[in-house]
Amino acid sequence: MNDTPLPRISRREAIRWVIAASGSAALLGPRAFAAGPAKPYGRDPFLDTAYKPGDFWPLTFTADQRRTVTALCDLIIPADDHSPAASAVAVPEFIDEWISAPYQEQEANRKIIIDGLKWINGEAMRRHGRNFAELTAQEQSGIADDICYSPKAKPEFSQGAEFFAMMRSLTATGFYTTPVGWRDVGFVGNVALTAFPDPPPELLEKLGLTKTW
Amino acid sequence: MPFLVSSKTKPQYDVIIVGSGAGGGTSAYVLALAGVKVLMLEAGRKYDPVEETPMFQTNAQAPLRAAATSDKPFGFHDATVGGGWTVPGEPYMTRRQGQPADQFSEASEWQIWGSPQEWFWWRPRMLGGRTNHWGRISLRMGPYDFKPRSRDGLGLDWPIDYKDLEPYYDKVESLIGVWGTNEGLENTPDSRNGTLLPPPRPRVPELFLQKHARALGVPIISSHMALLSRKLDAARVAKSLHPNNPKAEKWTADSIDSRLACFWATDCGRGCSIKANYQSTTVHLPPALASGNLDIVTDAMVREVTVNDEGRATGVYYVDKKTKKDVHVKARVVLLAASGCESARILLNSKSPRFSNGLANASGKVGRYLMDTVGAGLGGQIPALENMPVFNDEGANMHVYSPWWLYKEQLAGKLGFPRGYHIEVGGGRPMPGAGQFDFLPDLTDGAYGKRFKEEARRYYGSVIGMSGRGEMIPNDDSYCEVDPDKKDAWGIPVLRFRFKWSDYEIKQSQHMRQTFKSVIESMGGKVFGWNGPDEKAIAPGGSIIHEVGTTAMGDDPRSSVLNAHCQAWEIKNLFVTDGGPFVSNADKNPTLSIMALAWRTCDYVLEEMRKGNI
Repeated sequence: MNDTPLPRISRREAIRWVIAASGSAALLGPRAFAAGPAKPYGRDPFLDTAYKPGDFWPLTFTADQRRTVTALCDLIIPADDHSPAASAVAVPEFIDEWISAPYQEQEANRKIIIDGLKWINGEAMRRHGRNFAELTAQEQSGIADDICYSPKAKPEFSQGAEFFAMMRSLTATGFYTTPVGWRDVGFVGNVALTAFPDPPPELLEKLGLTKTW
Repeated sequence: MPFLVSSKTKPQYDVIIVGSGAGGGTSAYVLALAGVKVLMLEAGRKYDPVEETPMFQTNAQAPLRAAATSDKPFGFHDATVGGGWTVPGEPYMTRRQGQPADQFSEASEWQIWGSPQEWFWWRPRMLGGRTNHWGRISLRMGPYDFKPRSRDGLGLDWPIDYKDLEPYYDKVESLIGVWGTNEGLENTPDSRNGTLLPPPRPRVPELFLQKHARALGVPIISSHMALLSRKLDAARVAKSLHPNNPKAEKWTADSIDSRLACFWATDCGRGCSIKANYQSTTVHLPPALASGNLDIVTDAMVREVTVNDEGRATGVYYVDKKTKKDVHVKARVVLLAASGCESARILLNSKSPRFSNGLANASGKVGRYLMDTVGAGLGGQIPALENMPVFNDEGANMHVYSPWWLYKEQLAGKLGFPRGYHIEVGGGRPMPGAGQFDFLPDLTDGAYGKRFKEEARRYYGSVIGMSGRGEMIPNDDSYCEVDPDKKDAWGIPVLRFRFKWSDYEIKQSQHMRQTFKSVIESMGGKVFGWNGPDEKAIAPGGSIIHEVGTTAMGDDPRSSVLNAHCQAWEIKNLFVTDGGPFVSNADKNPTLSIMALAWRTCDYVLEEMRKGNI
């Protein structure tokens, strides 16, 4: 994308704009956050730049929480022949950003995630005497199988199932929005083309579509 | 220096335009290129899509993966600046379900579905207004749409008909660039030959849907979008629009020539730095500014129109948001294009002993006839579209749509609701966003692990969505008025809204969803979240962002605010050129018609100025 001949603004200019804009502690570094509570990015954030988790508000997972989240992310999206695991593309950092965000919806999600992390470690301890991140893959799946689908989870696993559903949604969001996730699922857009391309002829044939356009 | 601070404005202008969106942009373009000295006042900040649009940013480069928030309800990269479903410091009042009928509270919601809030009002605060992020769907109203009362006895007729607006549709389409096809369908007018740009081929799911929907009698044709599928012929367009004005021809040609063709990537709602889609900021304002006849003051919140003893408009008061000072500017003609409801608010707040009910409001109709578009949708998953090979099907916005097709059945009273809708279609292989695979657990009994990844590859691209956009009939329970107590941060009294769908709209929304279900099932698909003819499946009022009707035009000063030229009955040098003058709200999205009507109005303004009548 960087070789596109589009009008771009310089990085220096972008930084000047970001600093001029409100809610722009991003470039001042993490310590700038110590001054007060996390702020939303507001109604006029500078858009034409790339952000990363932690740019707008501080991340808040403890080391223990992060370890459990990483284990869960990689249980939900492990490495396979197509692509690496979720943690390889910084999905735990995204989930940290999500649950640390100063918006009502994310604050509600934060409670489910933080309580859920406690719950799943308690469950791991109860079943195996160790925290979730220290379990074998088989032991982790044993717990996950009980909570992976709310409509079929037993009543005693309802909290775990709600938590797991949210973890899966966030993990998938974090993973598939990255170029690694795009390639895995087969998204090859976001590139400038001179014409809208024709689909593979064998696909049209399979669907019984004639070229009518 | 056409962008001015308040202290640098001229003592007197020919025309003041309030607002810079579709209506204001068109007005500035037509008037400034004709040599009229124009001052445009915009309540938001200066904005230039060429410099600010995030064209290739990925969702992973945005906070929260660009997910919608109360700050950015359409996602982080949406072009909207300074507002959304609420504007900080600029509240509006509405009712909430479950509260007494006479109780109003400040609108605060940003998630429309399931919300108890009765009315939603989307407002940006930026140059170009809502044209920066709109859907670009550009449909002409048809002959029936101007005379709905004559046809079925409901609502109101326009004081003009299709033939009055047709040449202006031609002009607007030529200037902004619209792709589409002429199909010769009922009440779905063809464009003048050579006006429309060639449409892109439909995406694979759109083709598949087309095949199956046609078998059910639902026509699926090329969308009409204000997007350049190829570069416009700048010289030809400019010459056709300004045959006797070489300067205007040049300014227009230069501006058009700077617009590039779409490159089939990035979401149009972010705006477009290569100017391939229509935005007031890239199409209307640049040639108007090049003429030297347009001055623009941004961050200028207009409070009221001033009048003299003869009952003529003399100018407007605005609050300069930067200095917080009240400023008065003068002109021969005042033209409101602040958006339907905001223009009504300005008129209602323009009170004087002579106009104690607000300006242009002897009829009491300012704020009445408030309409939005009926919206309902349904999604589904199509097994035939699973496991597609990898290919680029991103494209630009929507490639096909379905115009209303049941005119005859409806007129014969067979449908149980009086007005039509069109269908918008979504699907394909878009850039994955937040929540992209939230449908997977239900299809896979809660897959996780390697199986989740396999299922994601299998199902990606196999989901489609259908949305209906239908005509509402104005009713007595839907209107806006000035709240007796509440003021905004600038000391200006705010609007409060009442809104109600009638059975006509509820039944129409149910028909929409039944149709979508039939189409999706005919494709072999499974619909998501079907719960029968649900009355709550209609989108809340205002949420489709097509609010019109609040300064209606008409033939009779007793029942309308404006005459057939969008000129206030009471104040002959006061005009409205946004969606406010609409008398009905056909299923055709209003923006194209706002532009055509504004152009026609400005031609009349020019003629009346030349004659010395205003």
